[in-house]
Amino acid sequence: MRKQLMKGNEAIVKSAILSGCRAFYGYPITPASEIAETAALYMPKTGGIYVQAESEVAAINMLYGAAAAGVRAMTASSGPGISLMQEGVSYMAGAELPCVIADITRGGPGLGSINCEQGDYNQVVKGGGHGNYRTLVLAPYSVQEMADLTALAFTLAERYRNPVFLLADGFVGQMMEPVEFPEKAIEAETPRWAVTGTAATRSNLVTSLYLDADKLEAHARHLEAKYEMASRLETRSELWQTDDADIVLVGYGITGRILKAVCTEARAAGIKVGMLRPITLFPFPNDDFQRLAKRARAFAVVEMSNGQLLDDVRLALNGARPVEFFNRMGGNVPTHEEVLHFVRALAAQIAPASQPAEERLAHV
Amino acid sequence: MSNDSALNYTVAQGRATSFFPTFERKDELQHATHFCPGCGHGVVHKMLARAIDELAVQDRTILVGPVGCGVFTYHYFDVGNISAAHGRASAVASAVKRSRPEAIVLSYQGDGDLAAIGAAEILHSANRGESITVIFINNAVYSMTGGQSAPTTLLGQKSTTNPEGRNAIPDGYPLHVSELLATLEAPVYIERVGLGDNKQLMAAQRAIRRGLENQVRGLGFSFIEVLAPCPTIWKMNAVEAQHWVRDVMEKTFPLGVMRDKTKETEPRPAPASAPALDRIPGILGVAEADLPTGNAHVMEQGREVDLEVRIAGFGGQGVLLLGEMLAEAGLDAGLEVSWLPSYGPEMRSGTSNCHVRISNAVIDSPVVTSPGVLVAMNEPSLRKFDRAVRPGGWIIYNGEEFPADCVRDDIHVLALPFTQIANDLGDARAANMVMLGALLQISGVLPRESVSAALRRLIKHQRWVDLDEKAIAHGGSLAAARSQEE
Repeated sequence: MRKQLMKGNEAIVKSAILSGCRAFYGYPITPASEIAETAALYMPKTGGIYVQAESEVAAINMLYGAAAAGVRAMTASSGPGISLMQEGVSYMAGAELPCVIADITRGGPGLGSINCEQGDYNQVVKGGGHGNYRTLVLAPYSVQEMADLTALAFTLAERYRNPVFLLADGFVGQMMEPVEFPEKAIEAETPRWAVTGTAATRSNLVTSLYLDADKLEAHARHLEAKYEMASRLETRSELWQTDDADIVLVGYGITGRILKAVCTEARAAGIKVGMLRPITLFPFPNDDFQRLAKRARAFAVVEMSNGQLLDDVRLALNGARPVEFFNRMGGNVPTHEEVLHFVRALAAQIAPASQPAEERLAHV
Repeated sequence: MSNDSALNYTVAQGRATSFFPTFERKDELQHATHFCPGCGHGVVHKMLARAIDELAVQDRTILVGPVGCGVFTYHYFDVGNISAAHGRASAVASAVKRSRPEAIVLSYQGDGDLAAIGAAEILHSANRGESITVIFINNAVYSMTGGQSAPTTLLGQKSTTNPEGRNAIPDGYPLHVSELLATLEAPVYIERVGLGDNKQLMAAQRAIRRGLENQVRGLGFSFIEVLAPCPTIWKMNAVEAQHWVRDVMEKTFPLGVMRDKTKETEPRPAPASAPALDRIPGILGVAEADLPTGNAHVMEQGREVDLEVRIAGFGGQGVLLLGEMLAEAGLDAGLEVSWLPSYGPEMRSGTSNCHVRISNAVIDSPVVTSPGVLVAMNEPSLRKFDRAVRPGGWIIYNGEEFPADCVRDDIHVLALPFTQIANDLGDARAANMVMLGALLQISGVLPRESVSAALRRLIKHQRWVDLDEKAIAHGGSLAAARSQEE
C-alpha cells in the first residue's frame, strides 16, 4: 500500500477511527491539540461523538461514561492535563473500563513549557492516580508507530478492560512522516458487560466501590493477575544492533530515533553499540535486559527527564551490569553528537577490560 | 391530608417494580435501605422508582450514582447502573446519553457532589443542554462524611467544619444552584421542590416524573433540586427535620419552577445514522484513491541521497510549508522522508523552523542538528543556525547582503533578496517557493515531476499553483546561474 505524509497526532485519530473508536472527549493543550482538532473533524462524519469538555477532569469522566456504555473511546492531552485526568484513570482501572489516552508530553513540572520532554514517564507508567492499579503504556517513536500502536492500544484496552496510554513526546506528535493504514475499518462489538439501556444489560453494573475488605482485596488480586498476564503476553521492545553490543543504549520515543543515529556513527568509529528500545513501558521488557546483560558490558539510559526511565532499567538489570545515564531536560533534545561524545567516553572507560591481555600489556 | 384528593394523588403502596425485591448491600439487611429514619434520600428513591415504573422505562434507564449518601443507588434500583467519581456524575451521564441516545439517563447527586466538587461538571452539562435528567438532593450538609459544611449550608447553620455556624464573611452565601442554572439558555426544565410536608412531597413526585418524561420526549436538560431532610446530621427527629425543610430551608431556597420550556421545545432529532464501514477509509482520506500518486517518479536506483535541511524564518513566511513541500516531493520520488516543525507559541510570535530529511535509507533521527542546507528566510534565523551547517554545506539566505560576520570559508552561500524577487513575480508571499526552487537546484536530488505533484497535492488554489510553479522554476534558474559563476 502506498504511504502518505502525515503528522503523528493526526495518524492517532485516523488509526483510532479505523480501529472502531467512535468517541473523543478532550480538552485542548499544546502539543496535543491536533488530536482533538482531527477528532472534531472526523468523529461526527464517521458516526462518532466529539465533545470538547470543560476540563480534563470532565473529559476523563466522560470517557468513563462512554466506556461504561460500551463505546470505544479515547482522549488526548499533555502533562498538566494528564495530571488532572489521573482521578478518572484510577476509577476506570478500578471499574475495569477500557479506553485509550494519548499523552503527547511537554515540559514540566507545573506549567513548565510546551517543548518536548519526557517527564510524564512516572505519572503515566507508574500510575499517577490512587490505588493498586497499573495502566498499559505504549511508546511510539515514529508516525507509523503512532498509527500501529493506537490500533494495538484499543485491542489491549478491551482485552484487559483497562486504560491504555500512548506515551509520545511532542516531537513524535508534531512530526510528519510517511504512514500507511489498514485498508479496512473495524467495527467494535459492544462488550457484554456494558450498560447500554436495554433489557439484556439491565443487570449490568459499573463501579469501583468494594466496601468489604475481602472483596476489595479479591478485586485487587484480580487486577494484579491481569497485569501479570499482560507482562507475560504483551511486552514489546525493539533490539537494534544488540547482538554483539558492548554498550546497550536505552531510550524510548524520539530518543530512540536519535539513538539509532548514534549507533550508526559509533559503530563507524569502531565502538560496538546497540539500542534496546522499550515499546511497552508497562509491561517493561525486563527479560530483554537480563538477556542482553549476558553479553553487554554496560547499559546507558538516554532520556529527556530526570532519571525516570533510569529507575526501571536499574530494576530490570537488578545490578547485573552498570547503568550509565545521559539526559537533557527543559525542551532540549539530546543531539546525536553529544550522545556520541558520551558514548565515546563510556567506551573508553570500559575498554581496558575488554582488550586482550597482551594489548593491555603493550600499553604499559 | 384533605388537599391530596384535590390534587388527584394516590399514595403508592408496596415496592415499585424498578426497585430490587431485596437489597444485596448487606447480607443481614436485605429488607432495608441504608438510609437513616426520616432521610430524604429514601423518599426520593421511591419517587424516582415510581416515575420509572409509570413511564415504563425500566429497561431503558441508566442511573449514574454519586459519591455521598446516594452512592448505593445500584443496590436499590433494578436498572442499568454506573457509579461515578465524586462530583462527576453529570459528566459521566452526558457521555452515557451521547453514547446511547435511546437510553433514559439519570444523574443522582447530593449537594457536596454536585454543588461543590462537581460544580463545573453540572454547569457545563446544563449549558450543553445534555438530554439527561439530574436529581439534586440538597440537605445543606455533607452527610456521608459526618456533617461538614456544604456550599448549600445555611447562614448560621452549624456543622463540624463551621462549629460556630456559617457566616457570610468569610464563608460566603448558600449556593443557589437552580437559580444559577436558570441563567443558562439550554435547560428545558428546572424546578426546586421540598420534602417539608405532604403538599411539598406531592409536588416533588410530580417534578421528578416530569423530569423523566421530558427525557422520554427527547426534550433536553431537566434538573430537579430536592430540599431533603437529614435528621441524623441535623440532630433532629424525623418530624422536626421535615418541618425544618419547610420552615427554615425554604426561606433560603424558595421552591418553584425556575425554567419550563417543555411546551415550546421540539423533540431533538435522532442522531444521523453512521456511514457504512467500507466508507470510513474514504472519509478519513486514507483510502487508496486518496493517496499520493506515490513512487510515480522514482529516481534511478542506486543513487545515494541523504539530504538534511533546516528551514527557518519569521512565522508567516511559509517556512513550514516549504519544508512540507520538500518532504512531499521526496515521498513522491520514492524516498524516505521526515518533517519536524517547531511548534506552539513560536508559530504566533517571531521565528519558526523545521527539520527535513530526505534519504534513500530508512531515516534514523528526524532531528537535523548539522544541516547540509540551511534555508534562512531572515537574519535572526541565519544567526541562530549558521554555525551548525556542516562543512561543504549550503546556506540559502533571503537578503541582498550576506552578513560579513557569518561568512565561513567551508560552506557555500546563495544570498538573494528572495522576497523582492517573489514580489516581482507577482506576490512577495511566494518567496518561500523561490527559495525552494533554489534548494532543489542546489541539492539536485528530486525530479521536477515530484515537486510538481507535491505542489498540486498541497496547494488547493490554481492561482497559487501557477504562481508557485513560476517561483520554483525561477528560484532554480537563479541557483543554476550562481553555480555557473562558481
